[in-house]
Amino acid sequence: MNKDQAPVLVCKDLCISYYTRAGEIPAVVDFSLTVKPGETIGIVGESGCGKSTVAMAIMQYMGANGGIKSGSITFKGRDLTQLSESELRSIRGAEIAMIYQEPFASLNPSLKIKTQLMEVPLAHENISKDEARQRAMQMLSDVNLPDPERMMESYPHQLSGGQQQRVVIAMGLLSNPSLLLLDEPTTALDVTVEAGIVKLVADISKKFGTSQIYISHNLGLILETCDRVFVMYSGEVVEEGTIDSLFTWPKHPYTHGLFACIPLPTADKNAAPLKPIRGQLPLPFERPQGCYYHPRCDHFKTGLCDLERFKMVHVENSAADHRVRCLRYKEIDHHREVPGGEAKEAIELGKRVLKVSGMKKYYEVRDSSLRALFAGKRIRQVKANEELNFTAREGETVAIVGESGCGKSTFAKVLMGLETSTEGEVRHNGKEISEVAVRDRSAKQISSLQMVFQNPFDTLNPSHSIGGQISRVIKKFGVETDKKKIFDRVMSLLDTVKLPRDFYFRKPRQLSGGQKQRIGIARAFAGNPSMVIADEPVSALDVSVAAAVTELLMDIQREHKTTLLFISHDLSVVRYLSDRIVVMYLGHILERGTTEDIFAPPYHPYTEALLSAVPIADPEVTKREIVLEGNLPSAMKPPKGCPFCTRCHRRIGDICDNDLPPEQFVVDRHIIKCHIPLEELCLVLPVITVPDVSERLHVELRE
Amino acid sequence: MVTLVVKRIGFMIFTMIVVSLILFLLLETKLTGDPATRVLGQFSNEEQREIWREQHGYNQPVALRYVKWLGNFATGELGESIRFKGPVADVMFPRLWNTAILGFVTFAIMIPLSLTLGVLSGMKEGSMLDRTISVFGIITTSVPEFASAVMFSALFVFSLKWLPGTSSMSGGFEFKQLILPAMVLIVYDFGYVARMTRASMAEVMTSQYIRTAVLKGLPYRSVIVKHALRNALIAPFTVIMLQINWLLSGVIVVEFFFAYKGFGALILEASLNNDIALLEACAMVAVCVAVTTQTIADIGYTFLNPRIRFS
Repeated sequence: MNKDQAPVLVCKDLCISYYTRAGEIPAVVDFSLTVKPGETIGIVGESGCGKSTVAMAIMQYMGANGGIKSGSITFKGRDLTQLSESELRSIRGAEIAMIYQEPFASLNPSLKIKTQLMEVPLAHENISKDEARQRAMQMLSDVNLPDPERMMESYPHQLSGGQQQRVVIAMGLLSNPSLLLLDEPTTALDVTVEAGIVKLVADISKKFGTSQIYISHNLGLILETCDRVFVMYSGEVVEEGTIDSLFTWPKHPYTHGLFACIPLPTADKNAAPLKPIRGQLPLPFERPQGCYYHPRCDHFKTGLCDLERFKMVHVENSAADHRVRCLRYKEIDHHREVPGGEAKEAIELGKRVLKVSGMKKYYEVRDSSLRALFAGKRIRQVKANEELNFTAREGETVAIVGESGCGKSTFAKVLMGLETSTEGEVRHNGKEISEVAVRDRSAKQISSLQMVFQNPFDTLNPSHSIGGQISRVIKKFGVETDKKKIFDRVMSLLDTVKLPRDFYFRKPRQLSGGQKQRIGIARAFAGNPSMVIADEPVSALDVSVAAAVTELLMDIQREHKTTLLFISHDLSVVRYLSDRIVVMYLGHILERGTTEDIFAPPYHPYTEALLSAVPIADPEVTKREIVLEGNLPSAMKPPKGCPFCTRCHRRIGDICDNDLPPEQFVVDRHIIKCHIPLEELCLVLPVITVPDVSERLHVELRE
Repeated sequence: MVTLVVKRIGFMIFTMIVVSLILFLLLETKLTGDPATRVLGQFSNEEQREIWREQHGYNQPVALRYVKWLGNFATGELGESIRFKGPVADVMFPRLWNTAILGFVTFAIMIPLSLTLGVLSGMKEGSMLDRTISVFGIITTSVPEFASAVMFSALFVFSLKWLPGTSSMSGGFEFKQLILPAMVLIVYDFGYVARMTRASMAEVMTSQYIRTAVLKGLPYRSVIVKHALRNALIAPFTVIMLQINWLLSGVIVVEFFFAYKGFGALILEASLNNDIALLEACAMVAVCVAVTTQTIADIGYTFLNPRIRFS
């Protein structure tokens, strides 16, 4: 980075508003940003903080009801807000390109990749079709897509999510833009795919010298990709600085709050639990006086923070350009506080609640093509679950980890009785349940095995009141029959999930995502279940809300000694809250053991890659980089030998392709399914290295 | 793709056979009354009926009769019309041709008009142009054909005296006589197709890939023509194909009103006069057209939509 170079983009005192029938809604206020050539800027914040609005404003694509109220956006000396439509067109795609959150939706479903790529240089440069084609092919191989020739002739739906996102990135880079906007480019992708995209994005800025603005809600990703970071809260930047400075010495209480909400490797569910930010993000037209964060801030001072708005100030004694919007930042010593929330007691594990032995689930898929008809192979099997073996005890949290398509949701369906298993058995409290469909189960059985679903937005019936929905569950499970008692029970459940009692009368649409998920939890716990399956319960929620819901779930589990089966793809959450982990890939369990076992060598090579793929928002934690090549094989055509052999970075030879690996016992209940001898696996270095507290940077500074 | 076409065509033939069987059972067997009585009238005596049955082979086994009947249809041997005293083919095909002309003129004007206006309307949802087109579309569609036929006649025939009031073409084909019936049909159907197109276009315009196309810096024209239209026209295509059915047999009112010698009017006459052979032929033609357009619509839909084509 050259400091003398003219900046690529300068946003100055930008205010963006949306105009609706309810009046003007200020989406972004007082936003200033400078992007230098080759620099990567991160914008981080929770949903509704205005980070995407900024990107759209830079693109000048605001929709009919949005507008820039004041301030300027200067790109290479030209004010974008003053340009005509045709001048903008010559900048969009050519000078500033954008990568979107959902790659599939951003590609035109009825045009070939070829057409969609070639039209970019054709629209901006005076070149021939052949040349455009050459460029597109070259770019596809630059973003590491295999077989560009075939890619060019494909339609978007024929590619996997990761491939689609690479195509979108290639599209953005085709006319060599000076600025690339990335709006949550990996949110819709799997972890290992995400790791590949993140590496690609980092390589791009080196290779092409493109400046980037990287928008994300994930602090870990920002750390891995960016040079400087802007933290936004409720439409304004509250803190900005270089990655090192801001991640090591965060100054604003909100930035601090965010760090306390994410399960860093230093967090522990008992000793140092997450500390959710209290309260809720204010709606744009309900923002408080003074500092927008003050109602949620632990360091709030009446008569100071709630008076008037104030500007960003430069942090004293910081070499880097570290600025913060807080009047009291000098007085607050964040390190004096205990990191994380209050310590809690660990639960004692009880008797065995769940035993899965040799459980298999195959689906039959009918192939209706003519070829299949002639070959006589009309029915094909999809092996969703292959020989699952594990146990869970009372009060224990067992996590099932794996990427989409690994069979974790199928397993949950068998447990719930939505599907029946093909072979093997699943015993819950000693009773065989894998072959009993949910409608054949007794109310008691159903109520003792409940589920919390991934998407809280779709799981509540929009036309019934909250109270009605929970009462119905209580009645169905036969917990209480008396009307008064049912009402009391709903009230106590609302208390348990820490929601006000008058939510009884509310409709789901009046609730926020976090509140809906709390209702989902209340519903699951209505019949005092002995085991609850939580299928990605917080992945659709914002960081601070997710922390609160996670803690709530843990508290209820502590109180009721419930066994929790936690299904997730996010290893940092899993490490934080589970006692035991089961790693699944293509229907197979590749490794299982206690959380400590899984996170320390010996690893299964897939576990190793998964661990490396997790973004960690701590600059002092070092990671070994392992990026998986290729895509997850189709469940219709799994590899003959080890399921992971097509992508394994430690493949030892033909044995991997041809034979199913044996189960190797490391210690009791820690099992790795791999051909590599255990002694060799034990020699692998740890993926994640967390420095000791005494070695930490901020400790030195304080002394 | 080949599998799909073969399957669709197979299904089409199957449908036609099933319909022919139902038609045969209803009109040619005693299931719904004696066909002899139907042809000879209720005042004929049993002897006359028996002679008629013998002559026309009605005493043979039902299965054999069905096969023969189907064979006759396939070879174009459609039987004799009682009403028109001559071979059915001679009566029906000229009528079918007339309706085809009317349908063609209607389509040739209505489709480009409604697609263009629908697309224009959906391009900028909520704009002045959009609202004007939408309201106009609702009004024209909600006025039934018999009402608009009367109104247009009053205006163009009786007040302005620009156009002839009947379209019987008794003095040979005259384009002028075609204008009023076509106009009534166009006005009625335009609103429906235009609003379908508008809805489809408006949905496409809010999609993320249109945003991608705009932010690629493509000219607006190119965004619309290359990216939006292709996707927006998939849904209206199916609807348009269904309109062919409607034009064939749903236009009885218009043909009757303007005394146009078309297919719809023929069906009406055939059923009023118990002209069984003619009715059977007309019904089979209508079914063939319906099933064929449906098949084309299905195959075309798949062809336009690569997500179905390659999966």
